[in-house]
Amino acid sequence: MAAVEVQNLVMRYGEVRAVDGVSFTAQAGQVTAVLGPNGAGKTSTIEALEGYRQPTSGTVRVAGLDPIAQHNELVNHIGVMLQDGGVYPSMRAGEALELFCAYHGNVNAPTELIERVGLGDRQKRTWKQMSGGEQQRLKLALALAGKPDVVFLDEPTAGVDAEGRIVIRDVIRTLAAKGVAVVLTTHELGEAERLADHVVILDRGRLVATGTLAELRGQGQREEIRFAAAAGLDVASLGTHLGATVSEPTPGEYVVNVAPSPDNVARLTGWLAERNLPLADLRAGRQSLEDVFLRLTGNGDV
Amino acid sequence: MNAFVAQVEAETRLLFRNGEQLLLTLGIPVVLLVFFSSVSIVDLGAGKRVQMVVPGILALAVMSTAMVGLGIATGFERKYGVLKLLGATPLGRPRLLAAKAATIVLVEVVQFVVLATIGDALGWRPNLSGLLVVVAVLLGTACFAGIGLTMAGRLKGEVNLAAVNGLYLLLLLFGGMVVPLGKLPGPLRAVGRILPSGALSEAMRQAVGEVARTSRPWIILVVWATLACTAATRLFRWE
Repeated sequence: MAAVEVQNLVMRYGEVRAVDGVSFTAQAGQVTAVLGPNGAGKTSTIEALEGYRQPTSGTVRVAGLDPIAQHNELVNHIGVMLQDGGVYPSMRAGEALELFCAYHGNVNAPTELIERVGLGDRQKRTWKQMSGGEQQRLKLALALAGKPDVVFLDEPTAGVDAEGRIVIRDVIRTLAAKGVAVVLTTHELGEAERLADHVVILDRGRLVATGTLAELRGQGQREEIRFAAAAGLDVASLGTHLGATVSEPTPGEYVVNVAPSPDNVARLTGWLAERNLPLADLRAGRQSLEDVFLRLTGNGDV
Repeated sequence: MNAFVAQVEAETRLLFRNGEQLLLTLGIPVVLLVFFSSVSIVDLGAGKRVQMVVPGILALAVMSTAMVGLGIATGFERKYGVLKLLGATPLGRPRLLAAKAATIVLVEVVQFVVLATIGDALGWRPNLSGLLVVVAVLLGTACFAGIGLTMAGRLKGEVNLAAVNGLYLLLLLFGGMVVPLGKLPGPLRAVGRILPSGALSEAMRQAVGEVARTSRPWIILVVWATLACTAATRLFRWE
């Protein structure tokens, strides 16, 4: 049994289908990243899993439980980090952790947890005195107060400085290594690339891709070379020279539909050299997650 | 520690740390008590002024804690996502509400001890029925908590803050808390009597033996308590 199972999930608000027939699973011991542009249905999907919203149709199971019908049991298995707030503004970091640990009858945990997220010297600070990054780390610690089997993290590194990100990534990896199923949403592809074992890409309420990073990159292993140079090159002339079609999807960014062989790359750079055109960027073969994402969603605004 | 006890402790600690809450629950009632007991601005009728003022201020204390304090705090907890996150913990909504109710009762006990002590120093000599005082406090708390939670559960943070404060002032002025209902002009007196604040001050004056006992304010309180709690249950939104 997967830790999280989503089958044909539909979430409709009035006329709007925020989630339209999405299916995926998330496994224990893995970090699953749900990626997508704004309005893709990420938060609606996660909130159905947390039991905040009733699916219009389809089924979701978390730790084998129905998040709404078995909510009283579910809360003993999950940890939740909301995107915005969640803590009393005048509550101190240490107090918040003690309170959340008390909800779970987990008496010894507060000190260990606050050290784990690197806030040991911030215990006396109230929520409103903490920086954005410190607040995110406290929220992460609160999500772990009940020793959850499944954690849901909504944009865990948003607004966090470099040092804080290292701490948060480390905590997330450690959780997965201990067998916890981590489900996170992020709009930062780089973050998903660093953290995720498994990626679920949503766009306009639909699932556009799911798999491991390697699988997604493999799917994207197209016969193409991408490069960047001055905008407005004569793509017809270049196409004739290479014997392939060349397009300029955005000004200054070019895609050549030809196998990324050394020969082809040499002919491309030769053509540019003859015309004394500087090459700004060149990518042949392995794609970044961003390439996969942009191709699948046709959307630069993640 | 038990989740319920931990929640009561946290709510109480936050409340006593918050300057505005202390001003509202203790500062204003104490100032009004001392002021109206010693200064003859409002004609309070025959007898010592303090006899008339203390029960009105006790009613005010209940309204301040149950409606304004609870309403504003809950409104902001909703705005900041505190209630939403608690929904994903084993605390659960029934225990959260029970903890809030227990916190209100704790604060009311502190208020009554402080106000009764100051009243005593000012010469207050009640002939009270402990049972009736408790019933009045519980009915009043149900009324005002219902009103406060209904507003907090529907209005946005700042709008809720302004609306609760405005309502507090109206209920204070026209509810016989500092100005006895008998001193208001006829039509206002009739309105004042059916307000929850008017009914609670009248019930409190009866409970401390200041005026003769009648069933009217108690019936009005029961009706308000039922309406307000039903509205809160039906209309409250957690997010």
